[in-house]
Amino acid sequence: MSRSHRRSLAPYAFLAPAMVLFVAFLALPIGYAVYLSLRTVKVRGLGLGKGSREQVWAGLSNYSKALSDPDFAGSVLRVAAYGVIVVPIMLGLALLFALLLDSPRARVRRFSRLAIFLPYAVPAVISSLLWGFLYLPSVSPFHHVADRLGWDLPDVLSSGSVIFAVANIAVWGGVGFNMVVIFTALKAIPTEIYEAAELDGCGQFAIAWRIKIPVVMPSLIMTFVFSIIATLQVFAEPVTLRPLTNTISSTWTPLMKVYRDAFTRDDIYSAAATSVILAVATFVLSFGFLRLVQNRAFSQENR
Amino acid sequence: MRPLTGLRLAALAAAATLLLAGCSGNDPEQPAARTTKQENVKLTFWTWAPNMDKVVATWNAAHPEIQVTVNKQDGGDPAVTKLLTAIKAGSGAPDLMQAEYQKIPTLVSADALADISKNLDSGIAGHFPDTVWKSVTLGTDAVYGVPQDSGPMMFYYRTDVFKQYGLQVPTSWDEYAAAAKKLHAADPKKFLGTFSANDPGWFAGLAQQAGASWWSIDGDSWSVSIDDEPTQKVADYWGGLVADGVIDNKPMYTPEWNAALNNGTQVGWLSAIWAPGVLEGNAAATKGKWAMAPMPQWTPDQPATGNWGGSATSVTSQSKHPAEAAKFVSWLNTSPEAVSALAKVSGVYPSDQPGQAAALSAPPAFFSTQADFYPKAAEIAKTARSFTFGPNVNVAYSSYTDEFGKAAQAKSKAGFTAAVKKMQTTTLENLKSSGFSVK
Repeated sequence: MSRSHRRSLAPYAFLAPAMVLFVAFLALPIGYAVYLSLRTVKVRGLGLGKGSREQVWAGLSNYSKALSDPDFAGSVLRVAAYGVIVVPIMLGLALLFALLLDSPRARVRRFSRLAIFLPYAVPAVISSLLWGFLYLPSVSPFHHVADRLGWDLPDVLSSGSVIFAVANIAVWGGVGFNMVVIFTALKAIPTEIYEAAELDGCGQFAIAWRIKIPVVMPSLIMTFVFSIIATLQVFAEPVTLRPLTNTISSTWTPLMKVYRDAFTRDDIYSAAATSVILAVATFVLSFGFLRLVQNRAFSQENR
Repeated sequence: MRPLTGLRLAALAAAATLLLAGCSGNDPEQPAARTTKQENVKLTFWTWAPNMDKVVATWNAAHPEIQVTVNKQDGGDPAVTKLLTAIKAGSGAPDLMQAEYQKIPTLVSADALADISKNLDSGIAGHFPDTVWKSVTLGTDAVYGVPQDSGPMMFYYRTDVFKQYGLQVPTSWDEYAAAAKKLHAADPKKFLGTFSANDPGWFAGLAQQAGASWWSIDGDSWSVSIDDEPTQKVADYWGGLVADGVIDNKPMYTPEWNAALNNGTQVGWLSAIWAPGVLEGNAAATKGKWAMAPMPQWTPDQPATGNWGGSATSVTSQSKHPAEAAKFVSWLNTSPEAVSALAKVSGVYPSDQPGQAAALSAPPAFFSTQADFYPKAAEIAKTARSFTFGPNVNVAYSSYTDEFGKAAQAKSKAGFTAAVKKMQTTTLENLKSSGFSVK
């Protein structure tokens, strides 16, 4: 074997494990999901006993069924509203905390950073259970205190406000992670820039507005894209709260509908079609947004 | 360190292949072992009944040739999902499975359960009430399991609170509504019960008592009759109570409901024979304060009840030893020693009629003050009405939680009856679109 041949093999050998994992756990399952979404089961007669079920081609009927399902449309609208609530509040708070921690007057910086980040380390199911207890009037300490004071707290799990109850859990868990991303970008700004700005008579607010925010824009855009994807995939929080209330249906979010079809209704074919639709929507939304802001986000890199 | 050369990679790959080949090299020994008749049969058993391993240990000690391993599962639904996944995958299913009656048509339809009619004694059907036996045969000649326990429904109430407010134990649904009103008027925080939109099995039991049977087999076709008079009657009744606010609308089995059972704001529970275990776990502080009575009746001179829960032990279609598995299943659910152990160690209410009285000689610990608990329960169990489950119970049940959730939240009586209609259309449409023949 020649030396050059040997050298050209090496990168493939290094890449091989990653490629194998990618194909086995990502590419193949996606391909299989697409295949399943084009199939369905046909039952004969009573459907009892051997050989009464048969898998057949379904064409695009699973897709048309999903797209014309009012439950699916409802879940998409609900998630859109949920995203409108969660994303701006979460990123706004993350940016605010990052700027506060970065300002020269901030105290107990390390502790605050950890305290704000900590909720991110709590798994979504645990934090939903925790908040669920705080929401339920008869076990909530808030309601306990309010009762003693003679106040009447509203029921946050009622149909009008349950979306805020779920959004609150997502914001609580998500602010810390996004704050760390933005804060890291802030730390990368050379201090000479601030000195120059102060010499020019800039206050802290003007520095934040004119220097810090424009510089962390790429980080903000990245966290925005992540948040959109996380919004489309919201699942654990509403599923955990669902047994506690009548106001969260089994198709409350698109992923919950996928889960219900696959595991409650035992119809993995419809579930596969819905998840393919969801994947395409995620792809279009995130790349569409990136294209929209491309010049602004990566102008520094392209310069 | 020098990078791995192509040659070395090839050598590694060759070594790996040799290793793999070496593993399969042992294979020829196995068929030889299989030919000997005395080989022990090993069976796996998925169940969620508590302490089942202790019951099975008795069997294992007496039957060295058929060893059963208990694999504890997480409740009814997750186990069913796991089993269906294993059936689809073609391997990984256990030999034996605890199957709820309501899930048997779904499992049979997915070809997950074996017909063991050839492996059972012909007299076994005589051990069980007809309605229970029908749940494992689905009205056919096949037998898809042997009944283990039943869940006849009854009414549980707080004797101390009833005495305090001068309430009578309701014998009819009219009396129940009157008692609910009286209690709620006396103390607006207290409720005689709750309408749970999260428990379709509970509502099915109430409908069953009123005379409903949501599915039926008519020749070679299924028919769905959820939107019939009995179910509408039940939905209308509860819708009225919830709309008037005299019954709570919060689901059962929440931290809030547990707290309410404990602190005496939920003073009654329409539940099944297994309720003492739940009360003991969730409301331990109220021990000795509860009593059990028959369900309130629609027509008091024809007492009836429904079932909530209950399960059979089935042999799966992937089992390689159906004959041995069937032998174990018969022993577990009809032999006096096993039935008695099931009742005492696992706390289930056995379906086996001959062994039931001996197995249930003392009342459950939580109801130690009610000496005639089990004789009374046996009387009630006899009045259970017949009910047929269909192959898409899962669809009907998930439709129940969605539709009744909305109705209970809105506290609208019209919403309750509309929810029954929606359940009917959703269930029927699903059967049709799956290709079942439907009448």
